[in-house]
Amino acid sequence: MRVRTTAAVASLVLLTGCGAADMTKQASPFANAQGSKTVTLSVQSWVGAQANVAVAQYLLEHELGYRVDTVQVDEVPAWDALSQGRVDAILEDWGHPEQEQRYVDDKKTITRGGELGVTGHIGWYVPTYFAKQHPDVTNWKNLDKYADLMRTAESGGKGQLMDGSPSYVTNDKALVANLDLDYQVVFAGSEAAQITQIRQFAKEKKPFLTYWYAPQWLFKKVPMTEVKLPAYKEGCDADPAKVACAYPHTPLEKYLNSDFARSGGKAAAFLKKFRWTTEDQNEVALMIADQKLTPEQAAKKWVEGHESTWRTWLS
Amino acid sequence: MAAITAFSPRTVPTVLKHRAVHKLGLLALAAAVLVPLANARWAGGAWPDALTVDLTKPLTNASTWIVDNRDTHPLFLYFFGHVSNAIVLCVRAVYLVLLAAGWAGVTALSALVAWRVAGLRLALGTVAAFLTCGWLGMWVPTMQTLALMAVAVAASVVVGALLGLAGGLSDRLNRALRPVLDTMQVLPAYAYLLPVVLVFGMGVPAAVLATVVYAAPPMARLTALGLRGADKEVLEAVRSLGATARQGLLTARIPLARKELLLGLNQTIMMALSMAVIASVIGAGGLGDRVYQALASVDVGAALAAGIPIVLLAVVLDRVTGAAGNGSPSAEPRRTGWLYALVAALAIAVAGRLMGRLDWPDAWTVRIAEPVNRAVDWMTDHLYSGVPVVGGTADWAAHFTTWVLNPLRDGLTWLPWWSVLLVVAALAWLIGTWQTALTAVLAMAAIGVLGVWTPALDTLSQVLAAVAVTLVIGFATGIAAARSDRLERALRPVLDVFQTMPQFVYLIPVVALFGVGRAPAVAAAVVYALPAVVRITTQGLRQVDAAAMESSDSLGATSWQQLRQVQLPLARPALLLAVNQGVVLVLAVVIIGGLVGGGALGYDVVFGLAQGDLATGLVAGAAIVCLGLMLDRVTQPTERRTKKGA
Repeated sequence: MRVRTTAAVASLVLLTGCGAADMTKQASPFANAQGSKTVTLSVQSWVGAQANVAVAQYLLEHELGYRVDTVQVDEVPAWDALSQGRVDAILEDWGHPEQEQRYVDDKKTITRGGELGVTGHIGWYVPTYFAKQHPDVTNWKNLDKYADLMRTAESGGKGQLMDGSPSYVTNDKALVANLDLDYQVVFAGSEAAQITQIRQFAKEKKPFLTYWYAPQWLFKKVPMTEVKLPAYKEGCDADPAKVACAYPHTPLEKYLNSDFARSGGKAAAFLKKFRWTTEDQNEVALMIADQKLTPEQAAKKWVEGHESTWRTWLS
Repeated sequence: MAAITAFSPRTVPTVLKHRAVHKLGLLALAAAVLVPLANARWAGGAWPDALTVDLTKPLTNASTWIVDNRDTHPLFLYFFGHVSNAIVLCVRAVYLVLLAAGWAGVTALSALVAWRVAGLRLALGTVAAFLTCGWLGMWVPTMQTLALMAVAVAASVVVGALLGLAGGLSDRLNRALRPVLDTMQVLPAYAYLLPVVLVFGMGVPAAVLATVVYAAPPMARLTALGLRGADKEVLEAVRSLGATARQGLLTARIPLARKELLLGLNQTIMMALSMAVIASVIGAGGLGDRVYQALASVDVGAALAAGIPIVLLAVVLDRVTGAAGNGSPSAEPRRTGWLYALVAALAIAVAGRLMGRLDWPDAWTVRIAEPVNRAVDWMTDHLYSGVPVVGGTADWAAHFTTWVLNPLRDGLTWLPWWSVLLVVAALAWLIGTWQTALTAVLAMAAIGVLGVWTPALDTLSQVLAAVAVTLVIGFATGIAAARSDRLERALRPVLDVFQTMPQFVYLIPVVALFGVGRAPAVAAAVVYALPAVVRITTQGLRQVDAAAMESSDSLGATSWQQLRQVQLPLARPALLLAVNQGVVLVLAVVIIGGLVGGGALGYDVVFGLAQGDLATGLVAGAAIVCLGLMLDRVTQPTERRTKKGA
């Protein structure tokens, strides 16, 4: 009995390699199965990110002969996973200064992968059908006038400003307080819940006010108009408690695991060159989210129609 | 969990009444002295600031330290790193074996095991289940989940059996273990995902470890229970034959506890499977990840396609291990049967390999996503609003929020903090002992100390409302099922599905029907907790003494009288257990509620995980644990506690 335990422990130690374990090389156990090379991509929970990954995956598999694993991870944990090599790349990052400082500049476990070509913007939106009836709603100064119309059972007598997933960057609570608005921030808790609610509101042509972001496929289904907040100036959002200005426009960026960036061969070179436009991304996103094509089918369709775009990523 | 508990009928109500008055009197006396004191020092309704401890700084520091030192500190390099690598290796090994066996081999082998331990019918069921996974286009994710599950269950069984062995052999260890196991089970899985992720990073190792924390307790409890429950006379006989303690354990106590051990395995598998989806949030891959990704593109159909294999796996594993525990139909003449079957299964696997059909053929998949989505759309279009007379589901949700949830929440937050503690003390003491009352009060006070008093009361109001709805529907259904065999049989698969379907699958329909907010959170909780309540109620009513039923029949009682005056009073312990389970299960879904707008503690836990914010997430998770402990003590009768043994 004892001999067998010792043997088991010994073989375990042998298997895991004697001495120190490298915490920065922690690939998924499902990677590289059946002798094929695997790239692991992190997918964030919004469809735009799915679209990037779908096209990258399609080209990696069909043009470069890799196997691609995708893992859905929230933004901040994704940075962590990237630094440990659990995923090889993030294709769409909305700006995380703290993480950039820690992983890119200090630890150097993550490398910048260049811009995605898409610019992101967060804001407050009302449905366009409502904005057309009441054009002045598109300025924050007039929002209080419409608070009554935006009221729901959840918003406690005030107007409802609907926020989405807890993983998204938001200053909305501070904004409502600092701009002294008669609104209550209600957190939908997930993007799926938020989209479902927006579509239900839109079906009934009800007015609503929501935190939303572009590029986003939902605009094609439910046209929305942005509400003007006090203009964004560099640094006006430095203190989270005192924010009283709009959100910035963010060029979205790609990040690669440093090891992968160095030795990832064609896959890494391809992911660094991957760069497309907002329209391209929306086209794929809409196919996935609205026409309910699988990400693979959507990617295939896009790839077939845009050869000139993606050829340059492969060269 | 439900199956672990035993109950006995309650008697002597008059004595009890005396005791109750006594207890309340004492409590009133204590309150009369303490409340003016408390009020003088800290006026106001909410928990006084002076009595809170802010953990933000130490927790943030701890998490920063871990991230900064994870790649270099010896603790990680020489301990956690190896744990992590070992898990990755094991999962990978199982996964590669499953892939090498091919779909035909895996199906044949599982059918063989099912046949030998549980009979032909379950073997056919197993084949059907695996083929369905393939047809749904989920073969590879199903194998990933199976690999993960196999390792997690094996680890849980080892950990659980060791803990159970300790608890079964030593009374002192048993007492010490009980609160630990209690906490492991009430702890919402989400809350400890975060610390596990910090140490191990995203991915499979963290997922396996989180699953072990969740799935080991039933194994530990049942092992201890089995060892303690072994027949005294048999043990005596073994000892008189001169066996040493170890021999006695190996030859008598463990074999005698076989039934409990297998039930423990069964419960562990079920718990582990229910973690498969939650673990996907931290990158575990497999079926859970497919469900989670489908949720992101608001695609109920695709989520269902990945959810069905989980349900099928759960049902198959439950029935097969359950049958093994009950003594199998083909228990005796086996060796040769095993051999033939094994050869047949191997032949199928090899044939599959030779034909080059290892992967499930793409052409053999059915896409169910689109029709399902159409059905869901139709449903939500027609039920959401404007249904004549009854109004739409959105209106109901709004009314429920306005007339039930809001008053309840406002009432609870309006109550001065000390009066909440008093109410908790009174309820817990009436139903239990002064120890349970003390635990409940301390748990509630801990919530205040953690500085989340108000959100905790918000969550409490949602839990209470959800439990009330669950009990009304659950008792009604349970009573109906107890009176009709047909209904009970028809309900069984429905309850199975409700119980095992990952909650992520019904998040979107729930929002589409009830809008964003606390109402859909309550609805999701009801769906999840209902099956257990229905099952326990039905079982409790059916176990009512037949003689008592007959005698009331002969006295000419109507069916209604019989139910009210004989069945319900006699089934009281079962009904109390149903209440207790309802509370525990509703609480387990609080966090899922956070994903559909439930806010409060559930949202904080999700926020903590999404933002890597240990301070917010862990504190909210701890508060949920305290709420769970408090509610458990307030609804758990003492008799059960003393009988439980584990």
